Amino acid sequence: MPKDTTISARLWAFAIWTLVGLFLINLLGLIGSVVTSSFATRWLGTWLPAGFTTRWYFSAWAEFQLDDVLTVTFQIVFAVVFLSGLIGVPVAYAMARRNFPGKQLVMILFLLPILVPPVTFGIPLATVLYKVGLGGSITGVILANLVPTVPFVILVMIPFIEQVDPRIESAARVFGANTRQVFLHVLLPILTPGVLAALLLVLVRTIAMFELTFLTAGPTSQTLVVALYYSVFAAGVRAVQSIDAMAVIYMLTTLVWLIIALRFVNPTQIVARAKREAN
Amino acid sequence: MSGATLNEERVSLRTRLAEKGIDGTTLLILPGIIFIFALFVYPFCYGLWLSFQPKVGGALANYEKFFSQPFLYNTIWTTMRLALPVTLINLLISLPIAFRVRLMRNQRLLTTLLILPITLGTVLVAEGMIFYLGPQGWFNRILLTFGLISAPLKLVNNYWGVFISLVITGFPFTFLLILSYVTGIDPSLEQAAATLGANARNRFREVFFPLLLPGLAITFCLAFVQAYSVLPSAVLVGDPANATRVISIAAYQAATEEYDYPMASAIAMIMGVTQLGVVALVLALRSLVYRGPVAAAKG
Repeated sequence: MPKDTTISARLWAFAIWTLVGLFLINLLGLIGSVVTSSFATRWLGTWLPAGFTTRWYFSAWAEFQLDDVLTVTFQIVFAVVFLSGLIGVPVAYAMARRNFPGKQLVMILFLLPILVPPVTFGIPLATVLYKVGLGGSITGVILANLVPTVPFVILVMIPFIEQVDPRIESAARVFGANTRQVFLHVLLPILTPGVLAALLLVLVRTIAMFELTFLTAGPTSQTLVVALYYSVFAAGVRAVQSIDAMAVIYMLTTLVWLIIALRFVNPTQIVARAKREAN
Repeated sequence: MSGATLNEERVSLRTRLAEKGIDGTTLLILPGIIFIFALFVYPFCYGLWLSFQPKVGGALANYEKFFSQPFLYNTIWTTMRLALPVTLINLLISLPIAFRVRLMRNQRLLTTLLILPITLGTVLVAEGMIFYLGPQGWFNRILLTFGLISAPLKLVNNYWGVFISLVITGFPFTFLLILSYVTGIDPSLEQAAATLGANARNRFREVFFPLLLPGLAITFCLAFVQAYSVLPSAVLVGDPANATRVISIAAYQAATEEYDYPMASAIAMIMGVTQLGVVALVLALRSLVYRGPVAAAKG
């Protein structure tokens, strides 16, 4: 592509980079405020706190029973990740490989949970879950969280499976592999990177999913993000710094997984496969 | 004799089904369909039915109540007033940034930084905003120090608090979708246009924009759905009693404070209908503006 070197083009580029810079600086300031406050002894009306301490992390851990909350969070998150893979991947495989009557309709059915806001289906879903006695339980929270994640896995996996040549499977069949062998020795190794990518994104989404967990969770099935919401909501009851310490712990749990996820997924290729410029 | 004919018929039925694309593999979608019916379609229908079973009054009493009390029906307007401009602004910011990032060799670090707020989640962003944008926060302090303002700006606990939080949490998602649509367009199309003498503005208007339009419409819808169901930030950094009493707060209050599940379901249904109305409008506008092959754009 010939470089545009006119003044207006340069000004335009400069304006865009300024915008990106401002966004990143403010984001950094926002995160930095929370982190600084979590280490602060006292911080009122000054640029920096009066002193630094790590004691808020210990008090937050004890006050909010974070070991319980973290255990529940990871139980829920890993169950959601496992189950959405178990249900979603076979569906994506069938949708990618077969053309059957009503396929469009099935596709719309799988799209709806993503197109309808979580609060809209969360409230009736919570009512139903309470009616069958699952409301407030860990199982209930897992089921509610699966509603958007299963379609998400299906949508991400369909294009991935479509680009795998079906002749590879046929070739394995010709050499006498049965269905189980085709699955274990051919499909599984090819699909693993895609499945891993989709599931890691599900993991990050589920840790951050507030609305559905909020509507279905009881006192013993709160995840970290819901516990954080309640503590911010009831601010004033507890020291601000210990809420911030909890927020930092929450941030770290999601960040670790995001960094792992980005090692496997190129974020720009989630929807479409990028074409690189040839020259 | 008769057994053999029956067997033949069975085989032919199986082949006929397989010709239509229905065989063992197709059946793999069954667990998925059962799941969606049990946890999405059934609860949704139950909620719809429940909304017509009010605690007092006739079948339509919940809906009559919603549309007769300004306290309730104003929430639709309050939500629209937040969600529509936020979604538009996120689209307008993301588009030029995505066009810049597309030309970069190493996009990974910048993209990672830009999508960071997704992992932070709405609750943490709200918590950070209370600090950072508050009257004693770094943001106001810096502006005061440089003499850009004379008194601290009020940026939290009002309309703008929710607005800013929705831009921060919604931008990464919008950006990511738009970036992948933009990079999905074959660069040779742009090169061809440039060879034929089109400048940057014309290349965008004549080549990219028509190809991007379907993607932009879909991105708008998905981002709008997220902004429309705003709940935590409307409570934490907004003014949940007045200016940012969004529709999900009304639904949530009916469910958990008044224990009126039929009313809560009715509000949830109204929420879904108004939201889908906007989505349908956008998709209809899109097909009015541009009709033509979309698939040609993707490699």
